[in-house]
Formats: sequence, C-alpha cells, structure tokens
Amino acid sequence: MTSAINTLRVQLGGNLRENGMMLALLAIVFFFLVVVRAVQDVDFLSAQNITNLFLQNSYVIIMALGMLLVIVAGHIDLSVGSVAAFTGAVAGTLTVYAGWPVYAVIPTVLVVGALIGAAQGYWIAFWRIPSFIVTLAGMLVFRGLTLWLLAGQNIGPFPRAFQSLSTGFIPDIFGVDRPNVTALLIVVLAIAALVWRSLKSRDQDIAFGMEVGSSAMFWLRNCLIAVALLFVGWKLASFRGLPNVLIVMSVLIAAYSFFTNQTTTGRRIYAVGGNEKAARLSGIKTERLVFLTFVNMGVLASLAGMIVTARLNSATPKAGVGFELDVIAAVFIGGASMSGGSGKVVGVVVGALIMGIMNNGMSIMGVGIDYQQVIKGLVLLLAVIFDVYNKNKRG
Amino acid sequence: MTALLEMRGIGKSFPGVRALNRVDLRVEKGEIHAICGENGAGKSTLMKVLSGVYSHGSYEGEIFYDGRPMAFRGIRDSEAEGIIIIHQELALVPLLSIAENIFLGNEVATRGVINWPLAFQRTDALLKKVGLSEAPTTPVEKLGVGKQQLVEIAKALAKDVKLLILDEPTAALQENDSQKLLDLLLELKAHGVTAIIISHKLNEIRRIADRVTVLRDGSTVSTLAREDVSEERIIRDMVGRDMAHRYPERTPQIGKVLMEVKGWNVGHADQPRQMIRDAGFSVRRGEIVGIAGLMGSGRTELAMSLFGRSYGRYLSGEATIDGKPADLSSVSRAIEAGLAYVTEDRKVLGLILDEPITSNISLANLSGVASGWVLGKGRENKVAEEYRRALNIRTPGVHQRVINLSGGNQQKVVLSKWLFTDPQVLILDEPTRGIDVGAKYEIYAIMNDLAAQGRGIVMISSEMPELLGMCDRIYVMNEGRVIGELPKDEASQERIMGLIIRDGNVNREHAA
Repeated sequence: MTSAINTLRVQLGGNLRENGMMLALLAIVFFFLVVVRAVQDVDFLSAQNITNLFLQNSYVIIMALGMLLVIVAGHIDLSVGSVAAFTGAVAGTLTVYAGWPVYAVIPTVLVVGALIGAAQGYWIAFWRIPSFIVTLAGMLVFRGLTLWLLAGQNIGPFPRAFQSLSTGFIPDIFGVDRPNVTALLIVVLAIAALVWRSLKSRDQDIAFGMEVGSSAMFWLRNCLIAVALLFVGWKLASFRGLPNVLIVMSVLIAAYSFFTNQTTTGRRIYAVGGNEKAARLSGIKTERLVFLTFVNMGVLASLAGMIVTARLNSATPKAGVGFELDVIAAVFIGGASMSGGSGKVVGVVVGALIMGIMNNGMSIMGVGIDYQQVIKGLVLLLAVIFDVYNKNKRG
Repeated sequence: MTALLEMRGIGKSFPGVRALNRVDLRVEKGEIHAICGENGAGKSTLMKVLSGVYSHGSYEGEIFYDGRPMAFRGIRDSEAEGIIIIHQELALVPLLSIAENIFLGNEVATRGVINWPLAFQRTDALLKKVGLSEAPTTPVEKLGVGKQQLVEIAKALAKDVKLLILDEPTAALQENDSQKLLDLLLELKAHGVTAIIISHKLNEIRRIADRVTVLRDGSTVSTLAREDVSEERIIRDMVGRDMAHRYPERTPQIGKVLMEVKGWNVGHADQPRQMIRDAGFSVRRGEIVGIAGLMGSGRTELAMSLFGRSYGRYLSGEATIDGKPADLSSVSRAIEAGLAYVTEDRKVLGLILDEPITSNISLANLSGVASGWVLGKGRENKVAEEYRRALNIRTPGVHQRVINLSGGNQQKVVLSKWLFTDPQVLILDEPTRGIDVGAKYEIYAIMNDLAAQGRGIVMISSEMPELLGMCDRIYVMNEGRVIGELPKDEASQERIMGLIIRDGNVNREHAA
C-alpha cells in the first residue's frame, strides 16, 4: 500500500517537474510581455524579437545537448566556451585567410572539435583524471590558442554562404513570402509530429501499465504547446521565415531526444552516470562511453563556435567567454543531477530558453548587467533547490 | 579479581534483524579477553555498543565500567573513559604524518596553535613504547599494514587507554608482524592495560588470552578460562545451533562438468601482494556448489577476478566452460561465454537505484530488447513483466524505481538481470544477505530451479547453515587458497571451521 502511494507521488513529482518548468517558462514570457510593454512600450513577442531570441540562444541550446550527455555520464565540461572560440577562430582562418569554401570549412572544423573533445576525453575516461581539472585546463589552453591563432585581432568579414549558417533564413518555396508559407507548413508538420509522438508514448505507457496523468491534463498540455509553437511559427513566418539555425537546432533536439530515449548507447550513458560500478559489472564499456560523450561535446562546441562566428561575422578572441556557465546552468535548470544519471533533453531545452529569455528580456528592459547576473544566479539556485526539495520529499 | 567492564543483558535490533539478543560480558582488570564467534554472531555490534557508536538508549541492557554505570552517547564519551577501539579497517588518514595521526582531534595545542616540537617529542616516546622506529613526520601511507596497526595502538596510548579493543587485528598481517603485535599486547598488559581482542585464530587466543567468550547468534554461549580452551570446545560453541532454517526440497540431477577453473592466481590491484593463490574449482550441470570461508578469505576476490577480471591483477590460470577454454578477459566477454556474477553488494555494485525495474533488468543484455541500435521499450517491458511473474517480484509495477523495493525484491531484480543474459554458470555472492526469511526461501527455490534447468550454480556465503542446506559440494577457502572440498554428506559446520582454523595453525607453525 505504502509503495502504491509512493508510485503515485513519484509520478506526480515527475510530471510536476516537467510541467512546472514549462509553466515557469510561460510565466517568465508573460512577465516580460507585460513589463516590457509597460516600461519601454515595446512588444516583447514581436516577430523580430522572437527571431532574435533564437539567433541569440541557438548555440547555448546546441552546446547544452552535448553538456547534458557529459553531465548525465557524471562529468562536467568547463572548456566549451574556449573551444567554441578556438574553433570559430579556425573557421575564420580557413575561410578568410586560406580562402576555403564553406562546404570544406564546416566539416573540417567539426573534425577539429571532435579531436579537441577526444584529447580531453582521453585523460578523463582512460586516466581517470577529474573532468573538472582536465576541462579547466582546456578552458585556459584553448582560450590561449584562440588568442595566438587570431594574434589578438578579429578576423572577418565572412562570405555570405558562411554567414547564412546563422543569419540565413529558409526561403519560401511557394513564393508568397509574407507570410512565409514554407515556414508555416514546417511548423504545422512539426506540431503534428510532436502531438503524434506524445500520443504514441502515452498509449505505450498505458499499455505498460504505467500511471499516466489524466487525459484532460495531457490534452491541455499538448494544446498549450501547439498553440505556443503555432504562435511562434506565425510570427517568424510573417517576418523573415525560419532561421537556418533554428532548423539545425530543432533537428539536433529531435536527434538527441531520440538518442537519449530510444537507443542502447543512450541508455548506457545514463547507466554509467547512475552507477558506474554496476554498469561496468554489467558488461558496459564505461570508459569508452565517457570518452565518446566528450568527443560529442567537442563536435557540438565547434558547431556552436561556427554559428557564433557567423552571427558576429567575425572570429574574435573574446567569443564564447562565459558560455560554459550559461550552458551548464541550462542543463541544471533543466533538471539534470550533479551526480549524473538523470536529465532530459526537453528539460535542457526549456532550461536554456528560460536563461535566454531572461537575458533578452532584461536587456530590453535596460536592467544592468550587474542585476542580470544576480537574478540569473538566483534562478539557477532556486531551480536546483526545487529539485532537491522534491527529491527529498518523495524519499 | 575485580571487573573492569561488565555488560549485562545487552540487546540490539536493526530493522528486521535482531543482532544482539542477550549478551553478557565480564572483563577483569588487567586481563586480555578474547571474543570468538562466526560472521554475524554479533561481535562487532557488541563492540559498537560498548564504544558508544550505538548510543545509550538505542540498545537494551546495562554497561558497568570501573563499577559505575555508563551511558555513552558517542565515541568521544567512551574515549574519555579510556575505552579505545581499533577497527579492522584502520582509521588513519593516509596522507598525514604519524604524529598528525596520533594527535588527530586531540592536538598538542594551545588555543588552536599546534606545538610541533612537543608533539614530535611525545610521538617519539609513544612510538618507542610500541616498538616502532619511524620518524614522526613519515606519512602513514608509506607504512605497511603492520606498522599502521602499531600507529593505531600508539594513538590509543596517547589517549590514555585503559581498555583497548582490537577487532581482528592480525587478519591482514604477515606472520612476523602478527607476532610482534601479540608481544606488544602482552607488554601493555604488564603495564596494566586491559584488552579485548576479537579473533578467529585459535593459536593466537591460546597464546595471549586469559579468558575467551564465545558468541553465537547474538547471545553469549560461554566464557572459558585459558585452561579450558580447546579447539573442539570453541568450535562446538561457535556453531552449535540446530539447523533452524528450512530449504526447499530438491533432487539434484547432476550432469557433466560445466565450468572448471585451474591454477587461478590473482595479485592485488596496486600492491605486490598476491590475493588468490592457485585456486581451482569446478561445477557440473545441475549442481549447486558452495564456497565457504571467513570474511577476507578471498571468495569475492576469486569470483570477481573470474568475471571479466573485475578484481586485481590477473596473473595466471585457466577456465573452461563446457570443455572449451573460456575467454573471461572482459565483463562482456565473460557474459558471452555464459558466466554471470551476482554481486555481494547489490546496492553499490548490482543496481542503478534511481532507475526503474525495467532498465535494471535489461542492463546486461540491452541488445536483447533492441533492434540494432534502437531500444524496443515494448520488448523491455515484456521481459520485465515476465521476470516479475517468474520470480515473484513484489511491486506495484515494473516501472517502479528499484530504490523503493525491499532487499529481497531488489535481489530478485538483480537475479532477473543476470537470468536475462541466459548464463550457463551463475556465481551468487551472498545471495541472501540482508534479506528476510521468507524472501530467502524464495531465492533458494529460484536457485534450485536454475540448477534443475541444467545450469551450474556457485554460491558464496558466510552463513554456513545455508551452504550446508543448499549445496551439493562445498569448497573451503582461506587466505586466498582453496583449502578443502567437502561433498554434501561429509560437510558439517565443525569440519568447515576445523579446516579453516587448522589451516591458520599450519601456516603459523610453518612460519614460526
């Protein structure tokens, strides 16, 4: 009997977390919508600002996906900001000085990112040197190498093709353009896919005898998500269409969501973080998996590095300073556990959006950088306290 | 003679277990008093009650010390009275120096500032007393186990010890270190220090103890004077219980040899010591084979070193399964070869506590629930449901996190995990530890079923009645070696204990 009550509490707690996060996100958006209009007489949810939000935050979300795996495996990567800067500098050097075409630069830089991840992951996984130390060293090393490679200068400008990585938009193949029909079509299809998937997984849960929330709750949640996405899609379509980077990001979110939920390798990474010894004694090659999570992190950091470089239209020595903190904060706000073994892609995306929207909203409001940092810090602390409190309560 | 310590009617319960029932212990001033008993007889629990680890009020009974009733609320209280306990796992900080360790928490200091010259001077004096010629500044990690033991004793002396308690002090020591330690105890006795020593080694007890108290199942069985101590008497008192447990009926159908291990040698992971020496055993189809031995006899180390070399350094040895050489060089290869190892500590080594039953069961055979790279959640769920029914795992659903299950049900999840790899040979390490009687019976029944399916079962257990009740053959291990093999009809607790105690004697006499 007591265990039945426990299950109920666990189920509610799990839902509470995810639904609570989304509600918090909604509340924050609403807050800025009202306050920004009152204070500055600006529409927070204007098409331009929504577009900006994605352009500004895509790289945080992309790196947070990699960071999620690293943290789930029980590690941390402090070097991502420096690695993004360094790979951006490499992209700049190859493009501007060596004159490489975009289709050669992108894969080359991704490989550089993989190699950097491998170099760090090697010491962490096979030599068991704490990831905090190795990546702290990496943070310094790659910041230094960025300065060296750029000789302290900015490199730019970049050709249009490279810039479109970040500032390009999907053109309307139907030629209407305002609103962008292609964009609308993609958004509607994406919503349909999302709802279909969550219906399917709910059916599956019911078939497995798992306790699911009421169907009213389920539809309310799905409707809210659909309406929100439709709204965002409409706004984007009526401005310049879907940014390329939004497409890249969405595809990555879907891919990592699938990877963490549905694949053997994904499952094994959670096992390593959950109990490394038990995982090893179950025949899982724990070292190799940890190594691979860092390789993956390196690749995503280099992708983020190129996106940032494309957005600024210049490779600069100062790029990516402090990124690691935003990325790590997003993962923890998203509900990952410091000790590894838990954390979800959805949570990370919502966590990153919360951070990004707060950055953006507070900047529009003219809140000073000093207060911004204080507030962001407190939000991180609160989110984690909320988690720990929940976890203790369900015992 | 006057009693320094008298413990009367001590009882102590943990959830589901009665660790101490009615223990009486009387220790005279100036004597060395030995305490004997099987694993789980309650020796360590009793010493924890005495030293205040279990505070007054959490146990029943009374403690009189120096004629006064005592109510310790923690170790500090007992230490203030001069009662110092030295645990089997030494409580030294490896990176600190001898002097720092000796005065840890008890620094030679005025208002927080340490007087190093005085501390070193006192350390020197203490080290002289225990016969250790090392500089006070030497880090403890540079010392061998024997010398570390002496540092512990010096630390006790620094606290003005009146009653020194040693928990199996020679278990990890080489012969000459053991002798030195025993000599030191006799010398301390001459200086008026009373000692309680927990030991299994009869020759040791005969050499230094004035009296021996034997515990069994949490009760005092007897207290013998040195003159009355004999091997037979102590063994009888230690294991004399009747076979109260019941085991499910089984008619063994034993086939040909399934797994055989020969000349297995394993070294300590990072010390030059050898932990497993020339060990060998075999198990036939349909057979349940037991491995008996005291704690630290190398049973778990043997099993883990076989299972993908998960323990220590592999030195030499070969294993065959079904007559063919088995590649056990990694865990995944060992699983492939048909071996499964159910770990002793299911929470630390067996389960991912925060994950549900489903993913714990599929963990060692994920490809069994996946198509290529993609997990089939439906299949995973079905598998878990099957094992839930087959092994009668009591849970509201297979999506329950295993942290919420009872010990017995957790153990069934671990068993399910390994059964799902379809092993030929299962090594079960203490499969019923910490499990209530009903669940034990169920685990036994599962083991019998597995044997009846033609698998080979190797059962490691510290509970001898369990081995005698379940096994067709029992191997006895001591100090990393297999020292005997007893078929079911020849095996008895007395014979197993006798083998172990005599083996200790033989070793010692060889060395002496």
